[in-house]
Amino acid sequence: MSLDVKNLQCIRGDRELFTGLSFKLEENQLMMLEGENGSGKTTLLRALCGLYMQDEGDILWDGLSIKKQDEEYRKQLLYLGHLNGIKADLTVLENLRINSALLGDVIPINILMDALDTIGLYAFEDFPTSQLSQGQKRRVALARLLISKAKLWILDEPFVALDIAAVELLQSIIANHVDNGGMVILTTHQEVPLTSGKIKRLSLNKQLLNNDGDS
Amino acid sequence: MFSAFWILLKRDLLLALRRRSEIFTVLFFFLIVISLFPLGVGSEDATLKKIAPGVVWIAALLASTLALDRLFSNDYLDGTLEQLTLAPQSLSIMVFAKMIAHWLLTGLPLVIVAPLVGLFYHLPTDTIGVMMLVLLLGTPVLSMIGAIAAALTLGLRGGGVLVSLLVLPLYIPVLVYGSGAISTSMVEGLSIQPYLLLLSAFMLLALIFSPWATASALKISLE
Repeated sequence: MSLDVKNLQCIRGDRELFTGLSFKLEENQLMMLEGENGSGKTTLLRALCGLYMQDEGDILWDGLSIKKQDEEYRKQLLYLGHLNGIKADLTVLENLRINSALLGDVIPINILMDALDTIGLYAFEDFPTSQLSQGQKRRVALARLLISKAKLWILDEPFVALDIAAVELLQSIIANHVDNGGMVILTTHQEVPLTSGKIKRLSLNKQLLNNDGDS
Repeated sequence: MFSAFWILLKRDLLLALRRRSEIFTVLFFFLIVISLFPLGVGSEDATLKKIAPGVVWIAALLASTLALDRLFSNDYLDGTLEQLTLAPQSLSIMVFAKMIAHWLLTGLPLVIVAPLVGLFYHLPTDTIGVMMLVLLLGTPVLSMIGAIAAALTLGLRGGGVLVSLLVLPLYIPVLVYGSGAISTSMVEGLSIQPYLLLLSAFMLLALIFSPWATASALKISLE
């Protein structure tokens, strides 16, 4: 499986965010998306999810355009944006249960509880998320990573609001996913040390595209 | 496919239970508008009977637009709507679940309090029955048409007022035939069947097109 981006162009209003953007992401690869504020990182990630319609170019999953695959592609995709996507009036466990059920998997309650323990929300399961701190809310959203069966993770600034321990935990979760044949695309200023697999870098700064800046 | 429908329906009902005030604001708005009319136009039996059908429906339209604002905006603001569109399920089905939940919370209560309105306006028992029936047929149409407009204006500044401007003209057929049925039922020897058939037709039409149209509008609004 691979994600293939060909000649992507996105224009916001009069401003050209990027043009002629091409890259390929394969299994066991992590892509760090770099760029100054306003360079179009989030727009690119949203375009990759199908939330934003690109002006030109193609995004292929497994050789087929993501527009044509629709639900098949979304099954393989997990997106975490700036917003956590959790309801303030629901408890931590209810949020995770509903979010995972909508992904189409019926996940037993003990696995959900284990995921919450791992992510550091032990004993908070029955708290309404409105009573949690910013970092804890982020952890509720991140708990989805632990139960997801998606191959491709698209994470927009996943480390925001997390404390040092949580940052380390998330780094290891990401490394583990890449290790197991997953693909991750993320924007961050934080390094993610991998145990295996490959890190690609893509910079959106002033059209200087380091497509082959592998390390 | 239907599991997504139930999950979302249950979620929205659960959320409403945790925030009961939102259900009651719509209901009380409806009751207050209705009780204002006798105070303004006088309480003679004949006058009240004449205005009752129109008043009930106009109050229902206004109450329904009042609640539309919340249909998608909460989900939009906390990012759950974004996650819904990315879930590997049909967005139309999920949108339909949200419409049904919205109707159960804002439309159905109006049907249930309709007998009370009948008492305010000295309506005969048969007419109260007809009023409940047409409200039952008409209010889902209001929720479903309203959802399209709510999806289109999502994330816009001043979206609340814009929604009213967009949907109120579209509600006119429901208003005309809904109140027509109630007036007709008070006249001896006239059948209300044509009104009921037309209202049912509106409902079927809305059932078919609105989930699909709302889902498309949401995708545009989220871009």
